[in-house]
Amino acid sequence: METKIDWVTLLLYAAILVFGWMNIYAACYDEAHTAILDLHTMHGKQLLWIGISVVIALIITHIDPHIFSSMSYLIYLVVIGLLVVVLFVGTVTKGGLSWIDFGSFKFQPSEFAKFATALALGKYMSSLDLDYRQLRTKLIAWGLILLPAGIIILQHDTGSALVFASFLLPLYREGMSPRILIVGLVAVVLFVVTLLLGKYKLILVGVLAAIALLYLFGWLNKRTRKHYIWVTAVFAACTLFIFSVDFAFEKVLQPHQRDRIYVLLGKTDEKTNSTTGYNVYQSKIAIGSGGVFGKGFLKGTITKADFVPEQETDFIFCTVGEEWGFVGSTLLILAYIGLLFRLVTLAERQYSKFSRIYGYSVASILFLHLFINIGMALGLLPVIGIPLPFFSYGGSSLMAFTILLFIFLRQDQERTNPI
Amino acid sequence: MRNQYQERSTVIRIIFLTVGIIFIVRLAFMQVFDSEYRRQADRQALRPITQFPARGLIYDRNGELLVYNEAVYDLMVIPRMTKGLDTNMFCRVMGITRDEFDARMRKACKYSTYSASPFMKQVSKEEYGSWENSLYKFRGFYVQQRTLRVYDKPIAAHVLGYVGEVDQSEIDADKFYKQGDYIGKSGLEKSYEEVLRGIKGKRIMQVDVHNREIGSYMNGAYDTMAVEGGNLYTTLDASLQEYAEGLMANKRGCIVAIEPSTGEVLAMVSAPGYDPNLLVGRVRGENYQMLLQDISRPLLNRALIEHYPPGSIFKVAQAVTALQLGVITPNSGFVCDKSLVGCHNHPSARSVQEAIKMSCNPYFYQVYRRVIQQGKYKSIYKDSPYGLTVWRDYMLRFGFGQKMGIDLPASGITPGFIPDTAFYNKRYGRERWAFSTIYSNSIGQGEVTVVPIQMANLACIVANRGYYITPHLVRYYGPDSVRNEEFYTKHETGINKAYFDIAANGMYDVVHVAGGTARRANIPDIDICGKTGTAQNIGEDHSVFICFAPKEKPKIAVAVYVENARGGGGYWAAPIASLVIEKYIRGEVTRKDVEKMYREAAPCQKLPLTRVAKKKKK
Ligand SMILES: [Zn+2]
Repeated sequence: METKIDWVTLLLYAAILVFGWMNIYAACYDEAHTAILDLHTMHGKQLLWIGISVVIALIITHIDPHIFSSMSYLIYLVVIGLLVVVLFVGTVTKGGLSWIDFGSFKFQPSEFAKFATALALGKYMSSLDLDYRQLRTKLIAWGLILLPAGIIILQHDTGSALVFASFLLPLYREGMSPRILIVGLVAVVLFVVTLLLGKYKLILVGVLAAIALLYLFGWLNKRTRKHYIWVTAVFAACTLFIFSVDFAFEKVLQPHQRDRIYVLLGKTDEKTNSTTGYNVYQSKIAIGSGGVFGKGFLKGTITKADFVPEQETDFIFCTVGEEWGFVGSTLLILAYIGLLFRLVTLAERQYSKFSRIYGYSVASILFLHLFINIGMALGLLPVIGIPLPFFSYGGSSLMAFTILLFIFLRQDQERTNPI
Repeated sequence: MRNQYQERSTVIRIIFLTVGIIFIVRLAFMQVFDSEYRRQADRQALRPITQFPARGLIYDRNGELLVYNEAVYDLMVIPRMTKGLDTNMFCRVMGITRDEFDARMRKACKYSTYSASPFMKQVSKEEYGSWENSLYKFRGFYVQQRTLRVYDKPIAAHVLGYVGEVDQSEIDADKFYKQGDYIGKSGLEKSYEEVLRGIKGKRIMQVDVHNREIGSYMNGAYDTMAVEGGNLYTTLDASLQEYAEGLMANKRGCIVAIEPSTGEVLAMVSAPGYDPNLLVGRVRGENYQMLLQDISRPLLNRALIEHYPPGSIFKVAQAVTALQLGVITPNSGFVCDKSLVGCHNHPSARSVQEAIKMSCNPYFYQVYRRVIQQGKYKSIYKDSPYGLTVWRDYMLRFGFGQKMGIDLPASGITPGFIPDTAFYNKRYGRERWAFSTIYSNSIGQGEVTVVPIQMANLACIVANRGYYITPHLVRYYGPDSVRNEEFYTKHETGINKAYFDIAANGMYDVVHVAGGTARRANIPDIDICGKTGTAQNIGEDHSVFICFAPKEKPKIAVAVYVENARGGGGYWAAPIASLVIEKYIRGEVTRKDVEKMYREAAPCQKLPLTRVAKKKKK
């Protein structure tokens, strides 16, 4: 039985889309070019992308949803193929190589790899008689995620590759041990603290050693042999990690990535490229100067004078902050969180496991984009260039996010006919 | 089963919500509680000023400066900031009319009202000085320094190329460029653009309410220094270049002189040329249009872009190829049978050396027939394609039929043409052609075409007795004196050195022995080896000569093309080449009468040679 499309999601999608376009219009606003449908301007082009996306959404909501499940692997293979093609014939933009050029039309397959991976992962994880505890199962699931991520890293588009970490959440929901999430969190904390301490990182090792000793000989009475081995191993691993941070930092990260992390940690006295610091600083001034109610639509000063870079794409949130202030920014964030909550609700009401996993993938992908993009604009995260979903300027990303979302909404309509 | 782990959805919701709360709290601190950002924004009358690096300089092989820079100033405007401008005073100070002001302002507004664009471009130092001190009165205006090219000697325009404002496609292709920037448009300026342009710097200045710069923002913490462009140390010999250009006055054609042992181009002349100073500064656009419309096409570098049937000069390459293939011997003799192909009156050649000296057409008809029809197949229709493929392979090794890899923009280079079997199959049909169809190639008149620089390169190959180094114009560049390794590799023809000795002997006889076709190129004490040719043309033929000198350890190889010049290669091109050689080897020319005669001579009287209009002052 088919039900109506979820109007809550639809409404939030439309609201974000419209608000996003208004901000793109403001970001590239120029008194001399005010015509809305001028295809030489960014807002004009974006309007075209929005139109195309609406058509795509309409098409998706009118096709048989079972097709997504049955074609999952095929779509996945096609996108992987495209990613490999980009490696050879791609065009270089912003130092990354991730576009296929069709004449004047550019196309970024990495945007489409996200929903393809979500489909393939959902398909695999929902296979009958699958034992999640088997190593084979884990390896295949991880392989499905890491293959596209790896190719995207080869394209020097680290930001897009990072988004694939979002698949940890659907895996966790399906029963994966939370250990990996905790290990990841601990690693990030240790990494940051180690960099902040610099040459005083022995202090950190000392603190960890103290905790380990307290744990072993202090209040805990469970002094089994296995327990000793465990605590010592964890301590050794952490120490090793701390000492390899410098190496990883110097050898693995690119210079501009190091700069961005230094800037974030306020260590600009280190040998950093001052441009990065300047950009983040301008972004913060733009947002901070917005005040409670903002300077008003089209009245921003910092985002108008070309002080903020990439202000239609990666730094679009600056325009929101400056022109709409705390109220507008908070409403936007609430709209996004509302959308994510709604998606979780929808995912939980699915009868098929495939749809549920796919739904969680959609929510998690949107979440990671939101987290990185706004976190960066607020100076909480290093500068990583990825778009704000449904909001940033760009045809490939808008279309890919629309496809991602509406495939799920289509499945939700048919949730009572399990696939 | 279905609801297993359902409680984990709550954990996921908590993660989402936590991030949302962190963001909102952060926003509250930045936007509500902390007024510092607002104050910063108000004080943010910042003006990012691009520091344009000086473009790299260009030197000749002896360290003589060919191209350098002078400072000019662009008056920039941010239209939105000019509210309340005293327009009358502004016009008076700047010395422009009200109409001019309105037109310029409209143009600036059309670009952007928020971002800066040039209001007045390339103001000279003197003019800038006259209003420098009044500028602070005009909000929204400021000055940006740029540099223009200067050429002390008006030479080598085609090689050096010119610099112009970037167009939209160039801006789209490379983020380095912004509206109003300059880029190399042709010649070395284009091919070494990335070396010459340097790295832009950026200064962020704080500006007070009166539009005065009150100093660096944050003590220059966010400034970046401009890095000067790298210099080019070219292979050109400025005095030889100047001399050769003088010889080509009143003529059309080109001269290429190369040092054979290194492939270094000593001079490259294309006539008529133009004064490079014409394409600099505010007069550039107008002069450019004028040069573009000139029917004698002074903007073209004929040495690289024209291609002609090679004529008799091609025989040198045929001789050594046939010897290497073993289809003739050095002592092969062929009767001068004019029924095969036309020739002039001379005794029959009894050896390859004699054949080159006398440039006998029937002789090379026979040679080419043996190359094309080697007898591998019974049918000549199968044998000829085989022979042609072998022959073409050798021709490519001479650098014919492909773009010369010289370090000038590839768009201005022609590959020339060496036909292959596919070409003849298409034209005549498969197995429908044989030697008798294509024999004209033997004397350089069939489908074959070559480019002047390929001819100069052929002279280098004979001078080197079998190999060449890709001709190039830059020895090394930049502060680290980077060398392009490609220009140090020998391209071997795979032909025995002994056969080139025979060719060199023949070319020696051309200049020195009775019956040779270029006796006019003879200079006492310098052993010039050369070969004349006539490039067929609609209208009057072109006079062509290639040569090298001295015969042993050659120092210079030269190709000279004089367009529409009656009398063959020996009459015009050969003596001009000999003057170039004398100038290079001796440092000066003793045969003043010959020099004067060829300087003043104008061979193509029939076509009016439009002289480049008088140079407009910048
Ligand atoms: Zn003859």
